[in-house]
Amino acid sequence: MSSEPALTPEALPAGVDGVLLRFALRPHPDAMAAMQRLAAGLEADPPPGVTEISPALVSVFLRFDGRRTSREALAADLEARAGHVLHDPPAAPVPSRRWHIPAAFGGAHGPQLAEVAELAGTSEEEAVRQICAADLGVLAIGFAPGQPYIGLLPENWGFPRMSALNPAVPQGAITVAVRQIVMFTADGTTGWRQVGRAGFRNFVADRSEPVALRAGDAIRYVPVSASEYDGLAAAADGLGGARLEILA
Amino acid sequence: MSALKILRADGLMTVQDAGRAGHLAQGVSRGGAMDRRALVEAAALLGLRELPAAIEMAGAGGSFSVTEPMRVALAGAPMAATLDGAKLRWNCTHLVEPGQTLRLGGMEAGLYGYLAPAGGIAAEPWMGSRAAHLAIGIGRLLESGDSLPCGADPDPGRPARTLAPEQRFGGGRVRTVDGPQTGLFEPEVLEAFYATAFTRAPRGNRQGVALAAERHFTSEHAAGLASDVIQPGDLQMTGEGLPYVLMAECQTMGGYPRIGTVIPADLPTVAQAVPGTALHFQRVSFAEADRICRSEADQLREAAARCRNLVRDPADIADLLSYTLVSGVTAGDDLDRTD
Repeated sequence: MSSEPALTPEALPAGVDGVLLRFALRPHPDAMAAMQRLAAGLEADPPPGVTEISPALVSVFLRFDGRRTSREALAADLEARAGHVLHDPPAAPVPSRRWHIPAAFGGAHGPQLAEVAELAGTSEEEAVRQICAADLGVLAIGFAPGQPYIGLLPENWGFPRMSALNPAVPQGAITVAVRQIVMFTADGTTGWRQVGRAGFRNFVADRSEPVALRAGDAIRYVPVSASEYDGLAAAADGLGGARLEILA
Repeated sequence: MSALKILRADGLMTVQDAGRAGHLAQGVSRGGAMDRRALVEAAALLGLRELPAAIEMAGAGGSFSVTEPMRVALAGAPMAATLDGAKLRWNCTHLVEPGQTLRLGGMEAGLYGYLAPAGGIAAEPWMGSRAAHLAIGIGRLLESGDSLPCGADPDPGRPARTLAPEQRFGGGRVRTVDGPQTGLFEPEVLEAFYATAFTRAPRGNRQGVALAAERHFTSEHAAGLASDVIQPGDLQMTGEGLPYVLMAECQTMGGYPRIGTVIPADLPTVAQAVPGTALHFQRVSFAEADRICRSEADQLREAAARCRNLVRDPADIADLLSYTLVSGVTAGDDLDRTD
């Protein structure tokens, strides 16, 4: 990861009505940081004719209305913005709110905590402490409805995904790889290792806001016991006891 | 409120409409009809300005009745259709009266047929759409005994209409444009891909359709790619190098490389390809794709202009002798009239 080349942003057509701006092919932390800055700027001041903006980890997809702009004009606008982000970086976006999300770590709720602690070069207790001390944020939401990619964990968490799949992780599973956390919104199969579980359900179809987290939200995990987890997971709103702090 | 009743469900049936665009940032894919062209043709036949919420039938249909007189459009994969035993033509509207039984049998070609009531199915919308998306718990499979509330038919007396459907039920050529990962494939791999005769593989659903070929198409650069936005039409290469065409309910982010993207105009051909159907891909420029792909609003206007009043073939009329034939003489230009 340390030998990645300098970032070379490219705006490329993505389907007949989309353009993708990509800082890098692989999830390098510098590319992610640049993406967060670019996405904040796009959100605050969308290019003309854009109908949808969907940020991913190191790229952002924009859909456009061909009657109001062109593929070429949008690509040029995005490359100019990306160049600005790299050469004259704006301040990192400041989150406007922070979720404090209770989670149980280890044991039945985090069957791979020991393995992960070893990969991160630390003890289980210290691994949990590092997760819960990290100033995390929602990097992107995708794959499944509401499923957040959260990061970044400290550098000692840069180990890759497993080559074999975890046959079944449950809804609420907190899984880790490549300095990131994916918190599962539904039961799934994954190459990520499960270290904990939250009662927080980021996708509840019949909730007034079906998806609670937004890209850019700050996240703090709060450790709770397995028995406390059981009570929180039963919360009717599906938020698992999470507290939303509005930041100035 | 009027209702469309399902007397018997034989196929996998769900309510589908144009889907819920604009929610990728929340991880919610657009979904909606697998063959969007069928909804365009149904709307044109019914004289609607927007794509209706219809019953999408996969593999087989069922039996239906109505509580109020309503026109229905039959579109998409042609199916054996009868009303109280009398044969009905496909790609037409038909008036169904309470007490009559509409039977839709197996597909004659293609996979997805559509039954669209003129007033639309009035199921509760979720995130702006009535489309079922079973994988994420939205909507459900329709069952025998269901009664689906429908909007009132705005014009039940409107003459029956017919339309020659756009050809898409026999596979063949599927046009693509390059995508953000096309450059990760070596030129020889791309050339071989576009020269390959594929068949639609048995695996497939509303998320994606697998293709089979002798050859595999891999990229040296596929390992460790950051996930990015994926869309219906994307030709995603799995680890072993066989393509999946992503369809209406595909996930919103993925990490497998995509060799290209099927243009929206040709995606119905992929949706309607039954397992074993031959498909081959043709790479077109964006200028060409822009010429081919018109907005659905434009497609609807064009399809509506091509609709004609339905003139019944005497051979299809079971009770011919009960008709007063002589007074029904017309100028003979029924097929040419637009109204």
